[in-house]
Amino acid sequence: MQLIPCPWCGPREEAEFHYGGQAHVAYPRDPSALSDEEWARYVFFRENPSGPFAERWSHSAGCRRWFNAVRDTRTHDLLAVYRAGEPMPEVTA
Amino acid sequence: MTSTDQPPGAHLPEPPDFLWDNPEPKASYDVVVVGGGGHGLATAYYLAKVHGITNVAVLEKGWLAGGNMARNTTIIRSNYLWDESSGIYEHSLKLWEGLEDDLGYPILFDQRGVLNLAHSLQDVRDSVRRVNANRLNGIDAEWVDPAGVKEICPIVNTSPDVRHPVLGATYQPRAGIAKHDHVAWGYARAAHAMGVDLIQNCEVTGLETLQGRITAVRTSRGRIAAGKVALCAAGHSSVLAKMVGLRLPLASHPLQALVSELLEPVHPTVVMSNAVHVYVSQAHKGELVMGAGIDSYNGYGQRGSFHVVEEQMAAALELFPVFARAHLLRTWAGIVDVSPDASPIVGLTPVGGLYLNCGWGTGGFKATPGVGDCFAHTVANDKPHPYNEPFTLERFTTGALVDEHGAAAVAH
Ligand SMILES: Cc1cc2nc3c(=O)[nH]c(=O)nc-3n(C[C@H](O)[C@H](O)[C@H](O)COP(=O)(O)OP(=O)(O)OC[C@H]3O[C@@H](n4cnc5c(N)ncnc54)[C@H](O)[C@@H]3O)c2cc1C
Ligand SMILES: [Zn+2]
Repeated sequence: MQLIPCPWCGPREEAEFHYGGQAHVAYPRDPSALSDEEWARYVFFRENPSGPFAERWSHSAGCRRWFNAVRDTRTHDLLAVYRAGEPMPEVTA
Repeated sequence: MTSTDQPPGAHLPEPPDFLWDNPEPKASYDVVVVGGGGHGLATAYYLAKVHGITNVAVLEKGWLAGGNMARNTTIIRSNYLWDESSGIYEHSLKLWEGLEDDLGYPILFDQRGVLNLAHSLQDVRDSVRRVNANRLNGIDAEWVDPAGVKEICPIVNTSPDVRHPVLGATYQPRAGIAKHDHVAWGYARAAHAMGVDLIQNCEVTGLETLQGRITAVRTSRGRIAAGKVALCAAGHSSVLAKMVGLRLPLASHPLQALVSELLEPVHPTVVMSNAVHVYVSQAHKGELVMGAGIDSYNGYGQRGSFHVVEEQMAAALELFPVFARAHLLRTWAGIVDVSPDASPIVGLTPVGGLYLNCGWGTGGFKATPGVGDCFAHTVANDKPHPYNEPFTLERFTTGALVDEHGAAAVAH
């Protein structure tokens, strides 16, 4: 089982966490100005890279807080873990 | 099923010693199919057979049909809720019913039926609704009560005292399983015989366009010019589409399955459970084949998490206490591309001559003949077949989704 380093609690088993998909997807600033196409992009389209991916995790069976991680989707290696609101760190895959 | 005076598998046909050769790629093809799984091979077969287009190459980065085609639990059924899905899955099931004759090759299609279990009042209502919808679409479906489940599959635990009691099931008698390798070999052999080049160890690394039209693919074995390019890359579709700047509403996830040691025939049908995340059949040789739910996170590693296997085994044991002493033989994972409405994306793209067949998620094996046929039609005529017309990329903008989360039957 994968150990995930929660930025508050330290490394815990994967089964304690809940996955939240791509990180840094901002709610539209001016929702009523969006076209159908732009709404579709916001609601349905996410990055799906084979390689480093910035994503959200919640430590739902621990401190219950959300945080971000950069994980290599090919190896599952966690390249960086950082708190929500912090910018994505530079990583080398 | 295995008879007792023969070793397990003795009734299976011998693996063929020759199916196709390994040609060098030509400089150009009318159609390049990317991905040598079931969908790519079937597409090439129907392009040649139905549309007379034989200057076709199927490019496969690994070995032929070594992706999800080799990793799935081979369940075939057409009991989906919506008319759009009924159309394409039932078209496929009808083709399965004649496929052995069509390909002239044994595929061991075995219509042993499928039970989709209901464990809550809401499951029951949804299931009965789906049975009615299936019947209106001319698809065989019945609602069976727990006693009926027990009659069809005696080893299912229908006791009311378990955590998720079986309250009944939908039953599709025409559903079943087929031998996945043989399906791939049958298509490969027949496509090859009509002149299609099957090229293994050939990874597509780039897509070239000129004035909004596809012109060539770049590969690990050089550049290949292409009149049209048909993507059948399952879990890797996002990676390929990105080569022309196209984003897809897909997430790629690991999906696991496992098999037990060989056992005497104990399990006469296919049992799936949406609520407790396991689906089970007994392979032609005697292994119990069990699928799990997807891992929650995106991944391309063809390796799943241990805790998913644990949940899957817990569910299997509750439903089938008789499995308690079975030994686990092998586990593996494939990479499946899941779409927001649990339905596939099949059709044209904004790039001229580039066609998409993806988003089948956890359930595309059953679609192999049907989508091969419809996708070949789409590629040949540059317009969708009526059966894949609803499954456009544009539906995510227009909102005409085909929400099959309930009928998809694998947790995701
Ligand atoms: C564990 C598991 C259980 C499943 N159970 C069922 C089931 O019971 N019933 C059902 O209907 N479906 C099931 N599925 C889903 C089904 O396997 C897939 O939907 C279906 O196989 C997808 O189409 P395909 O066969 O062409 O994909 P694949 O066989 O994966 O073919 C895609 C091919 O593209 C190749 N490729 C990728 N990128 C490139 C590139 N850049 N260049 C060249 N080649 C490339 C890959 O190597 C691969 O061989 C299951 C899947 C898994 C993983
Ligand atoms: Zn924590």
